[in-house]
Amino acid sequence: MLWEVDIYPADGQPDLIGQQTAADAADLGLAEDLAVTAARGYLVQAELNSEQVGRIAAELLADAVVERTVVAPVGDVALIQPPAGAEHLVYVLPKPGVMDPVAMSAKQAIADFGIEADEVRTFKKYWIGNLDGKRLGALCSRILANDAIEQVIVGPLPFDRLEVGSPYVFQLVTVPIREMDDEALSNLSVKGQLFLSRVEMQTIQAHFRSLDRDPTDVELETIAQTWSEHCSHKTLAGRIRYQDEHGERHFKNMLKETIFAATMKIRADAGDKDWCVSVFADNAGVVRFDDDYNVVFKVETHNHPSALEPYGGANTGIGGVIRDPMGTGMGAKPVCNTDVFCFAPPDTPADELPPGVLHPRRVMKGVVSGVRDYGNRMGIPTVSGAVYFDPRYLGNPLVYCGNVGLIPVDQSFKHPQPGDLAVAVGGRTGRDGIHGATFSSAELTSESETLSGGAVQIGNAITEKMVLDVLMVARDRGLYNAVTDCGAGGFSSAVGEMGEKIGAEVNLETVPLKYDGLSYTEIWISEAQERMVLAVPEDKWDELKALCDSEGVEATVIGRYVPTGRLVLKYHGTQVADLSMEFLHDGRPPVVRDAVYARRPVLKLSPLDKIDWDYTDELKDILGSLNVASKHWVIRQYDHEVQGGSAIKPLVGAENDGPGDASVVRPRIDSRRGLVIACGMNPCYGDLDTYWMAASAIDEAVRNCVAVGADPTKIAILDNFCWGTTDRPETLGSLVCSALACYDMAVELGTPFISGKDSLNNEFRPEGADEAISIPPSLLISAMGQVEDVSRCVTMDLKAPGNLLYQVGATRNEMGGSHFAQVLGLEGGQVPKVDAPLAKQTFAALHKAIDSGLVRACHDLSEGGLAVAAAEMAFAGGWGARVMLAQVPHEIEADEAAKQRRAELSLSMPDEPLHPLALYPPATSILLFSESNTRFLCEVTQQNAAAFEAAMSGVPCAMIGEVTDTGKLEIIGLTQPIADAESNAVEIGTPVVVEAELGELKEVWQKPLDW
Amino acid sequence: MSTPNVLILRAPGTNCDQETAYAFEQAGGKTEILHINRLLENLSLFGRFQILCIPGGFSYGDDVGAGRILANQIAHHLAEQLTEFKAAGKLILGICNGFQVLLKSGILLENDAQAGPAATLTWNDSGRFEDRWVKLGVDGAASVFLAGIESMYLPIAHAEGKFVARDDAVLGRLGSAGQLALRYRPLHDGADQPLDASVPFPDNPNGSVLNVAGVCDASGRVLGLMPHPERHIDRTQHPRWTRGEGSEHGDGLKMFQNAVKYSS
Repeated sequence: MLWEVDIYPADGQPDLIGQQTAADAADLGLAEDLAVTAARGYLVQAELNSEQVGRIAAELLADAVVERTVVAPVGDVALIQPPAGAEHLVYVLPKPGVMDPVAMSAKQAIADFGIEADEVRTFKKYWIGNLDGKRLGALCSRILANDAIEQVIVGPLPFDRLEVGSPYVFQLVTVPIREMDDEALSNLSVKGQLFLSRVEMQTIQAHFRSLDRDPTDVELETIAQTWSEHCSHKTLAGRIRYQDEHGERHFKNMLKETIFAATMKIRADAGDKDWCVSVFADNAGVVRFDDDYNVVFKVETHNHPSALEPYGGANTGIGGVIRDPMGTGMGAKPVCNTDVFCFAPPDTPADELPPGVLHPRRVMKGVVSGVRDYGNRMGIPTVSGAVYFDPRYLGNPLVYCGNVGLIPVDQSFKHPQPGDLAVAVGGRTGRDGIHGATFSSAELTSESETLSGGAVQIGNAITEKMVLDVLMVARDRGLYNAVTDCGAGGFSSAVGEMGEKIGAEVNLETVPLKYDGLSYTEIWISEAQERMVLAVPEDKWDELKALCDSEGVEATVIGRYVPTGRLVLKYHGTQVADLSMEFLHDGRPPVVRDAVYARRPVLKLSPLDKIDWDYTDELKDILGSLNVASKHWVIRQYDHEVQGGSAIKPLVGAENDGPGDASVVRPRIDSRRGLVIACGMNPCYGDLDTYWMAASAIDEAVRNCVAVGADPTKIAILDNFCWGTTDRPETLGSLVCSALACYDMAVELGTPFISGKDSLNNEFRPEGADEAISIPPSLLISAMGQVEDVSRCVTMDLKAPGNLLYQVGATRNEMGGSHFAQVLGLEGGQVPKVDAPLAKQTFAALHKAIDSGLVRACHDLSEGGLAVAAAEMAFAGGWGARVMLAQVPHEIEADEAAKQRRAELSLSMPDEPLHPLALYPPATSILLFSESNTRFLCEVTQQNAAAFEAAMSGVPCAMIGEVTDTGKLEIIGLTQPIADAESNAVEIGTPVVVEAELGELKEVWQKPLDW
Repeated sequence: MSTPNVLILRAPGTNCDQETAYAFEQAGGKTEILHINRLLENLSLFGRFQILCIPGGFSYGDDVGAGRILANQIAHHLAEQLTEFKAAGKLILGICNGFQVLLKSGILLENDAQAGPAATLTWNDSGRFEDRWVKLGVDGAASVFLAGIESMYLPIAHAEGKFVARDDAVLGRLGSAGQLALRYRPLHDGADQPLDASVPFPDNPNGSVLNVAGVCDASGRVLGLMPHPERHIDRTQHPRWTRGEGSEHGDGLKMFQNAVKYSS
């Protein structure tokens, strides 16, 4: 019998799901004040009587205090009694085979009643008011359900049984690749979703011709996954012929010769003081933390899955990256998460969306809740991140997820041994995530949803948490020799990588399955979540198994690492694959690509012609722009304090709502030593110059760490390149150019790259369009700094009136890509450069000053420049500020015309104290809003002023203002001739260029994303 | 004076067990973190302990409802042991998810055979998970854990923390017995207003009736609360310690010290 349990809010209780649905419908312009009544519910397939189901509903499934239930067999009229005003009934269910964690838990919990249920599935049920058929369809597809994972049923449920898969009938499939011509090979690559190039297909063909046999399907799939862009990074780690204004350069392995080479040089220069432990070798980079522990850090992207199913994509994105530290060395304990997102503006009109594209607001909400639900459930604080907006992320949003872990010094390396058992631990294997690795190498099209829906998955955080709990115990008891995660490519990658130097034999029928019907190939390549693979010595297996059993974690021997140098797969004794590890890992033909970077000439950015000298409105526009605006709606949905180590929170200041530069956590609760987590990213600069974009991102990530107190000699960084299609030489060229900047900056600053990842082909081709839309070059730099004692950290909020304000670092005429240019629609301009040796000196001097307790508040100058930084510090601290632009350290040069006018005026008015930039019209906006790198605004007490100035000697630094109790931000401009608007008479004056109440500034900053 | 043994009970998805154990240790207790399966296998384990704490997290994913599955496990399999534990004058503390579990299992407030559970914790009015700091006031001296505490500043981090009673009669009875022990208070204006007076969002972060943040049983030896005292036992955990606010051991340690002292 199939029972349905509908759970509605009790009378007088709010219908939160219904209200949210109605609000979303209004947001998308489908209907104002739509009547929606929503229920959540369960389908329970079991031989039960109504009393038993009633008891389960009352005591387990519903909350008797605030909910009411309707319980009946499917088909019963009691279930389809419409509430007042309802015209349509819509059910939304997960598609068969899609992960349904709540149903799994419910099924187990029903067992506590001493009752066995055969199958449980959850659903949501909506009663919808007056809406025409077209709009109802739009409501279903845009708000209620996502076709990639859910099915919509309008009207009563048309079935009375839940299907749970049918048995699989074994049939060995071989692919007659030897006789194929080139066209057939290409067809096979695309239709089989292998996404390999013609040369790669030919190499495989030649290999099997030499073996005198055709490959099986699972052999082909294994090769395709191992050779995929996602798993092998063949483009960036491949051969590249690069050309720019300096000439031609040939790379054998581009990443190795730039990013990786920087780290090697830094390590060599450090000699005995080298603090890197394991870089670019394991699932995450490892560096020294204290005498007992090392720290590991990894950042991944999950862009394409998130485009199709934002919740599931982000959910499994964070879940996947958490498994990286868990699978590093002998397993690290995750201590914090990071997340950075790139979306199209959430106010994009719904009717302008190309087919196949989800609305950016829905993408953003889905992504944030996906990260929230996984990170919070894992008990890992999500402490740092950023959100960027650009229309070009519409069909291809970016979701970067990172995780930091703590690992004992003596557990930082793994050593799988011949003879070890291959053991799968954690979640069961299903049809989910098939072709994820190869899919992320393909361009998204409007058909992607149907073509690759199987690549979308839903995670189950609790399964992963349970794995983590037993993994930490097993590690400390020495029950295994190696661990790795099952990520992209599933067992194929995990077992293949761990056994690369040994060889492995796997019996696929032993793998525990979620349901019947999976073929041997599907078992091997499934990317079902929450699985780890261990190499377990035979004599430890019983103890490991008992440990896992004791906490309800499934552990299964699926094979053995055997010293054959071959990967052998069997299904019920029949051999279905036999590949040499050498061909698999080293047989891929080198990818050779051309790359060209033509540096664009810097166009003059036309200055504003300001008569009234008042830039308050421009400041407010920048504060209210999406990139700068407060992200509190996102931040507060994450538990950023679980584990108890939070020392500097993402939101700081008098009302706990100011934008901190970096977060600080104590990974060991019994120690004051801290980790500083921050990031830097400037997609806006990349359109103008990707070299300086990369350099700026590194400077920003490092200065964010330094701003809260991190030691600049111990900051490790990570690169995540997300780019468009690198088959185009100019697109690849812009990436190579930024990698060269990464080398230069990292070496100069002494900040090693310890891990990285790239995601190429981030383009979206709308239906019928010839041209794909490429994302802007998006290089995320994540930084992990360290502080000896978190109690010496500082925050960015102003602390007390009377204190002095210092700008550290010089302002230059670098308005290209700035937020000032963006909100005013100005084009061109020089993007901010970095003087790396000076940056190193500045970071060192400021760190010393902060560490000596000379700084009360410190904020980095980034998006929106000095004006935005001063505003944020003021409203975060609840104190006013008065800033004098005339005192700002700068390297701005007036143009010839301005110099000449000033000289003339000085002759005619020798007594007037004109500022050197007085007659250069853009000077005020540059001093206010330029985004020059390596700058900070620091609050210093009057007593410490002399000591601070001494500490900063040798780097650009000047006192530019003070903290006030006026409740206002006032910025005073340059003394200069000012024309009276009416009389046109010119007088020398000193204009107030910004004047605003803190409350107003905070409001415009908080409002745009206050959802 | 003896050192009390503290049982930190964990289940799949529990995730505040380590910092909660650390807080009890800092307060002078001796702690042991045990998986519920160990207790189900060996019911006599309870005898070793003087304090039971169910810490925060997402037991069984909070699938079905926050704390519901663990609560049912306890109600079905451990109710007798916990009743004995209470009757023996021992202490039980539920923090966040632990509060949800204690309330939904009927351990904290007894279910009425006809009318059902006395109260529940349901979805925040905002409809979403939120992490923010709240000011708390203590009503009376009913709870052992809250002895000598007038107010606290602690973080909450939950999606389902809105306290709702079955009806006004239950609410009135709990209120007059001092069992609505912990209330959300206005952060700024209204410091003198009565505990029952309305506190708007976000100071009352979830819309709890009568601003209830924590509830104790009639004996005062069982307490459940949504805020996390274990996350404020060190000065650097205070969100404004860089502004000179907060104290060396935070506002949370005293609760753990009270429990340890009572049980010593």
